[in-house]
Parts: sequence; structure tokens; C-alpha cells
Amino acid sequence: MPDRPPVPPVLALHRVSKSFGAVRALHEVSLELFAGEAHALAGENGAGKSTLVKILSGLHRPDAGRILLDGEPAEFHGPADAQRAGVAVIYQEPTLFPDLSVTENIFMGRQPRARFGRIDRPAARRRAAALFAGLGVQLDPDQPARGLSIADQQLVEIAKALSRDARVLIMDEPTAALSGNEVARLFGVVEALRARGCAVLFVSHRLEEIFELCRRVTTLRDGAFVSGDLIADMTPDDLVRRMVGREPEALFPKLDTVPGQVALAVRRLTREGVFTDVSFEVRAGEVVALAGLVGAGRSEVARAVFGVDRPDAGRVEVGGRRLRPASPSAAMAAGLALVPEDRRQQGLIMDLSIERNIALAGLPAVRRGPLISRAAERARAHDWAVRLRLKFARLADPVGVLSGGNQQKVVLAKWLARKPSVLIVDEPTRGIDVGTKAEVHRLLSELAAGGVAVLMISSELPEVLGMADRVLVMHEGRLVADIPRAEATEESVMAAATGRGAA
Amino acid sequence: MSGRETGLAAPAAESAAAPAPPPRGDRLVSRVARVRELGIVVALVLLFAVTGAVNPGFLSPDSLRDILLNSSIVAVLAIGQTLVVITRNVDLSVSSVVGLSAFGGALVLADHPGVPAPLVIAGCVLLGALCGAVNGLLVGVAAVPALVATLGTLYAFRGVDYAWAGGRQVNAADMPEGFLALGSASVLGLPLLALVALAVLLAVGWALRNLPPGRELYAIGSNPEAAVLAGIRVRRRVVAAFVASGALAGLAGAMWAARFGTVDATVATGKELDVIAAVVVGGVAIFGGSGTVYGAVLGAVLLASISSALAVLRVDALAQTAINGALIITAIVLDRVLALRVAAALRRRRYRDAA
Repeated sequence: MPDRPPVPPVLALHRVSKSFGAVRALHEVSLELFAGEAHALAGENGAGKSTLVKILSGLHRPDAGRILLDGEPAEFHGPADAQRAGVAVIYQEPTLFPDLSVTENIFMGRQPRARFGRIDRPAARRRAAALFAGLGVQLDPDQPARGLSIADQQLVEIAKALSRDARVLIMDEPTAALSGNEVARLFGVVEALRARGCAVLFVSHRLEEIFELCRRVTTLRDGAFVSGDLIADMTPDDLVRRMVGREPEALFPKLDTVPGQVALAVRRLTREGVFTDVSFEVRAGEVVALAGLVGAGRSEVARAVFGVDRPDAGRVEVGGRRLRPASPSAAMAAGLALVPEDRRQQGLIMDLSIERNIALAGLPAVRRGPLISRAAERARAHDWAVRLRLKFARLADPVGVLSGGNQQKVVLAKWLARKPSVLIVDEPTRGIDVGTKAEVHRLLSELAAGGVAVLMISSELPEVLGMADRVLVMHEGRLVADIPRAEATEESVMAAATGRGAA
Repeated sequence: MSGRETGLAAPAAESAAAPAPPPRGDRLVSRVARVRELGIVVALVLLFAVTGAVNPGFLSPDSLRDILLNSSIVAVLAIGQTLVVITRNVDLSVSSVVGLSAFGGALVLADHPGVPAPLVIAGCVLLGALCGAVNGLLVGVAAVPALVATLGTLYAFRGVDYAWAGGRQVNAADMPEGFLALGSASVLGLPLLALVALAVLLAVGWALRNLPPGRELYAIGSNPEAAVLAGIRVRRRVVAAFVASGALAGLAGAMWAARFGTVDATVATGKELDVIAAVVVGGVAIFGGSGTVYGAVLGAVLLASISSALAVLRVDALAQTAINGALIITAIVLDRVLALRVAAALRRRRYRDAA
């Protein structure tokens, strides 16, 4: 096979740049997708992969650079244009209409018609059923999308992409929520499409999937093009080095600690239909990772422990004392802190200043009589901003102007200022740059060394393996494995997370 | 299409042993969906049975005709409102549009008796559609939240109405007989206005269910971001929903003028809340994505019937308002409880499938 097919690429980006405000998301990135070839897009969180996908799908328009369709310059004014050009996208988060049926979800925007422009429901239903039969799944086309499991939702997305006459199929981390079987089935479908001449762009964190499925890989780092390689010419370690820009070992400065008393004990915690019979302990000075696939119920466990959601059964003990359920204020009083997954929505008030955000979880401490002392607020914020090496212009600036990594430091500062005995962090380094990531890891490690019990939810295996003294793994709402640091490997954790491990 | 199906037949055969999640949720949900509209019918039947038992006069043809007439204008407005609410928006300005259209129509009829009635009615609809376009552009293009935009136009349109009327009142005596006759005419024993509402209901109901733009309105309300990704022209559809709501409000204005004959600038003041109440009682989700125009119209009929029944039962007029309010809250609470039940059932189902 020649290295470069003689025909022009079906879809290509040429020196494309895109900024959001002051943040440079992509800088002069080029990419070529050829018919019948699977191409991987690799890079860490925040490297610009999603922005690139959104440009190809017509959702964002590049600030500079060109989109080439069959070698000809093209402009996508919106998703409809990209779809007409034959680009089908499967997004990381399923984008379904919960109120509509599965069939309607598949054909929305281009329903088969009967007379008078009427939607031909029987035809749509037949085609949906045929698509599912082709995928080898038994989903009812008449079922509403609400209530489908994430995996089933992903299947609907795949059926949607298949139903279009896709010349280019883009998949943005489609396997994040799928089990081993489902991934194998998806790959079968992708392989069939590719063999038929469809160009495939595959975005994934899982290196083995990239190596299994793709022929070529483009690596991005901090919004810039790093390299384009043939998969056959490289090893997984090469790829990691390109993604991270340094040796992987240097990332996680984990300090050794001696675990102390049990700080947090979760006993048979159940929330019906979300997670079942979850029991574990976290000792003072320990970093325990909670691993699992997206949708396994990890964040939900954290929410129930912290009292955001009411568990149906089971209990939570902090320092040996039972915690009142469904009461975040009781949890905070007992010394618990929760750094949520979505810092923009749940962790911060974006329009509020840095100092006010930091003081928010500890207002009683900065109170003078009935009033809040601005001076005390500022002192508290300044103290923690310096300790966490926050990069800011003024403490009175809104947190919205900070970079993702610095925003995460503000969330951490808010909770650390309360001096918690148990710290729960949900995806602490999602979407933040590599340097800050290492700082966050060092911070968590130092906290544990100082006697804090840390429960860390993370989807990034290197982070889990690098940081955790123990790895708890959840699968489909159940805790299926408790792996000590010495035995935790990518294989053992992934096996448990996908339900292949010995439960 | 066929090529793709055969192309994918191979993986299908390989994974034929894949676990099959039994489709249980659909039955449950469609049952609940049916119950939503059925519940209003049951409430209506109960209301008529009880009130009729106390005062048989309530069930007389005249009384029933009255209820139909009273509900038909609100029903037309509720149909338009449903189109907007389904897209996760709201149109508060409808009452002012009714006022403007009713006054404009009456004025033309009174000052230029030669203009044929159908032309006047068409003009009313057009005027309403223009008002709707203003709302639609504000919400769909300028991205002003619908609540704020239509609250603004609620006042603005009424202000135009006041300025135009300048205190003038058009009396029934000034209007052509032929037009007023439309308001009280009957066809096959049914009031013409109710038949107009019925025709609008059937047409819009059919279109919402069977035409792609109708389904796209539901998609927009169900998940706005996904609607954009699906390539739906969201702005255009939202503007169209507001234009339709405005046009129907214009039609309702003409119906108002024909029915009451006496029209001034205050016509229909405050009606927007009755309309939204009807829509909500009729099971249209206020956050968009679900509900039908049939439910909204049943809601309008139920609310009109309750008002009549309370009058027949000699309930204090002041208490009527409170009872109406309690009813709306009951409807919403019931709706919420049902929704939670469904969510819990679906959660359990998913869990069983997973286990």
C-alpha cells in the first residue's frame, strides 16, 4: 500500500486556528482524512481535540485556515452544511432528544416522507429496525430516548451516523462509556464502513484502541499540531511522549504515606437504579482512586456521600460518626469537602471574584457580627492563592477570566481553606494543562501526607495509577474491585471497569 | 439504503447472541402520556356529572353551548401557545395581540362597512402574525429570553392599542350585522366559533404530529443543543412558532370582535394567564419537548367549564379565582409526580437490564 493515496483527501483542515476570547484553542493545525482510512486524533484533555471535531462538524468556524472537501475549499456555516457534505459525528456525550422516540432521534431533520410531506412513520421505523439489526442489537425503535443507558444512547448515535450517507465518520471518544463487548461491536461496524470507503476520524484516550483501529495518527498538544505519523511506525510509548511532551514518569509526584485511622467509611450505600451496595473505607493519609467507565456511578456515589443526593439505603461515617443523609451542610460540618466534576457549573460562580469564590464555603469564618468582613475574606483568599501558586492579576477579578487550571485551583482553595479531614475530588485535572496538572497532583499528595483522606474520582488511568494508594473500581453501579497500588495496572483496572475482571 | 443493510449483515450474524434489553419503558411511558389527556377527560366528566346532579340546568343545550363559546377563544390561543411552549419558550403577549387585532378589525368594520368580513379577518390574522414576528425576532434572533421579550411586547402592543384607540370604543351597533352574526351562528347545532377552534385544532394537531417542522419543534424544546447538532434550523423554527402563535392570536381577536361586538382598547387584558393555565393543565410541559394541542384545548375547555360550574353552584366569584389557582397547582403537582414516577421506573428498568 502506498504511503499516501493518489486521490485528494475527502476532508482536510489546512493550517486552521481558532480562539475563544483570549484562549487559543487551536493554532495552525492541519489534518487530512482519506477515504477508506481510519485516522486517530490523540492528545491530552484540553489539547484541542474537541474544538477540531467541532470545526469539522460545522459547529465552530475557524478564525483562520481552510477546510478542504475533496481538495476544494469549503465553508461550513452550520452542522447542516457539514452533514450535507457527508460528515457524520458521534459526540462524546450523546446528543439525543429525551422526549422523542428512538426512531425520531435517528431521523430528526431528514425524516422519510410520504404524501403531503407527511413523515412516513412506518418507513422510518422499518429503517431504524434494520439499522439495529445491522448493529446486532435489540433496541425498540418506538422507545423514548429518555431512560436509555449511556451505552444504548451511544448505539442510537451510531445508528444515526449510519443512517446518513456518511463519507466521513467522526467519533469523539465513543468508547468512553462502552463495555468490552460493545466496543468490539462498534469496531466491527467502523471496520465495515471503512472497508466501504468511508473516512474515519477516531478520537480516543485508549491507546490500544488507536493501535487496533487506525492507520494514521495526528497528535495535538496545547492546541498545536505536534506530529502526524503512521501507526505502524510507532509504539504506544512514542505516542504518549508526543501527547504529553515529556517522559510519562515525571508526571505524578506521589509521596509515600502511612495510612492512619479510618476517616471515611461508606457502608452498603445504595441509590436505586444508580449504584448498589457500595462499601469502602478511606484512611487518613491515603489517596484512594475511584475508577470506572463514564456512567458507572462514581460521581453519583460521591454526591450521595456528600449528601447532595439522598441514598435509598446504607450509611456514611466520618471519623467513626454516622453522617446525617442528604445534608451537605452536615457533611461539611463533619469535615468533608467535595470538589465537583463540572467546575463551571458546580464548582464556581463564574461571575464572582476570586476572593469571594474562595470564601464562599467558609462564610462563618469571615464573618464579623452579622456582616461579612471583606478584609477577612481577602486575607483568606490571598493566603490560599499564594499557597496554591494561583496565577491571577487581582483577587477581585471574576474567576471566569482564569484558565481552566487556575479555576480548578480556586475550587481547591475554597475547600482546603475549610481544612477538611476528607477531600473528595471528582476528575480533578479534567481539561487543565499539563503543568497545572502536575501541581494538582503534588498538592493532593501533600495533603495526604498531611493526614487528609483523599478520595479521587478519575477517568484517566495514568493519573489513577500514578496517584492512588488503592484503586476502587466501579462497573454498572457496583464496586467490583479494590486493587492495592502494587497490583494496579492498566490491564487490571480496565478489566474490572469493563466487567471482565473477577468481581 | 438496501446496500448498507446487506453490508452490515455480517456483524449482525456474529453478535446475534447479544443480550436483548426488553422494551418495557415505551409501554409505560405511552400509557402515562395517554393518561395525561385522559385525566382531563375524566375530570371533565366528573365535573359535569357532579354539577349536573346538583343543578340539571348545567347540562342543558344552552349551557353547554355557552361553555363551548366561552372556551373557543382561549382554545385557539392555547393552540398557538402550545406551539411556542413546546420549543421551551413562552408567549405572554397574546392577550395584547388579541386586543390589538380585535380593535383594529372592529374599527375597519365600523368605519368602512363595505369591506368584506373575510378580508377583515385575514387582516386580523396578518396583524397578529406581524406581532408574532416581532416576538420571534426578539427571541429567535436577538436571543432575548422569551419571558422578558414577550413581557415587554405584552405592554408595548397594549400601548399601541391604547394610542390607536385614543379612548374610542366600537359598539355592536356600529358593526355590520353580517359580521356579528358569525359570532352567534351555529352549524349543525354547534357554535361557529367552536367549529373554527376545532378546525384549527385538527389542522395544527395533524401538522405537529406528521410534518417534519412539527417534530422539529419538539426536538428543539427537548434538547436545544442537540437540535443545533442535528442540523435543525432552530432560529427559523422558533420564529415560525411565534408567528403562528401571533397569527392565531390575531384570529382570536377577530373571533372576540364577532362574539362580543363591543370593543375597546382593554379587550382581553389578562387573558394570557388563562391561556398559559390551559396549556399547563392540558399537560404541555412548561420546559418544552412534550405535550399536545389536544391536551391544551381540553385544558381550556376544563377551565371554562369549571368557571361555569362554580357560577352554577353559586360559589362566590372571588373564591372562583382561588379555586382556579388551586386547580392549576394541582395539575402541575400531579404532572411532576407522574414525571418522577416515570423517571424512577425507567431508572429501575435500566438497572434490571444492567444486572
